[in-house]
Amino acid sequence: MTKNIKIVEIKNIVHKAIKDNNPTNFNGDILLNTSLFGSDGFLDSLGLVTLLVNIEQEIEAIYDIALTIADEKALSQSRSPFRSVDSLVEYLDLILNEKNE
Amino acid sequence: MNKKILITGTSRGIGDYLAKYYINLGYQVFGCSRKDVEPFSDNYYHFELDICDEPSVKKMFAKINTEFDGIDILINNAGIASMNHSLLTTIDTVKNIFDTNFTATFLFCREAAKLMQKKKFGRIVNFSTVAFPLSLDGEAVYASSKAAVVSLTKILAKEFAPFNITINAVGPTPVKTDLIKSVPVEKINNLINQQAIKRFGNFNDIANVIDFFIKTESNFITGQEIYLGGV
Repeated sequence: MTKNIKIVEIKNIVHKAIKDNNPTNFNGDILLNTSLFGSDGFLDSLGLVTLLVNIEQEIEAIYDIALTIADEKALSQSRSPFRSVDSLVEYLDLILNEKNE
Repeated sequence: MNKKILITGTSRGIGDYLAKYYINLGYQVFGCSRKDVEPFSDNYYHFELDICDEPSVKKMFAKINTEFDGIDILINNAGIASMNHSLLTTIDTVKNIFDTNFTATFLFCREAAKLMQKKKFGRIVNFSTVAFPLSLDGEAVYASSKAAVVSLTKILAKEFAPFNITINAVGPTPVKTDLIKSVPVEKINNLINQQAIKRFGNFNDIANVIDFFIKTESNFITGQEIYLGGV
């Protein structure tokens, strides 16, 4: 059984990781529908890798939960969970809840 | 501030030498092995773990990250060998050698790079062997596992370069350690005769190549393999 993490906490972690990685692009609020990766996303593939690694590490540091975000399940989704801030937060909520079951 | 270096397999042989060598050069050294080691310096911190056990390894890196603010250098020294004819080699032996020599090397590279990318600096040195370029008979599995390490090193060099992390491999000749104690003398002599410089390697020969790879000035050297003895 892992700790029950509220979705607002996940949002905060994702927002912090985005701001830390892109301080010049995001010095204000980050909208949930901000595109992350894809044709209109602001991240390139390396930026996405860095963001996911930093989110994994933050979750591990705060909650002591070892997480692999870009696993086979994530990569096999018909719509990428990494397309927007919103979809990433939702996906993290899903896999953290699954760990909790 | 002292540079921080993580060395695998520090309980004996080359790893033990390297841990003490880099302590003497003023580094903060982290070591790991399945066995504990006698404390020998305030600047040495030991983790007792199986390098193939992912949860233990991730826990070690998490501790290094939170308590010591990460590492600058990783030396993937730990490895095992098994000399036998392929017709007499069990699949358990194959799996065991690949787990230790290849999978653990990948695991440590991945976890170290996660910490290094934050600082946009890192040096990783992997271990190959002359048994790979010499295609030594009787070393099919060991040499193949190290060939995989070399391939890994070259590809990770490309993947890690944007983070200013270099990764290279050193390929030692036989060195008088436990790793070769079960190898027949004539086999070792035959191997040494295939080197341009026909002698055993010494620990400091290996440290010399590592010193070159990890120098700050070596920031344009990545994805390379250097074999000792002129192989």
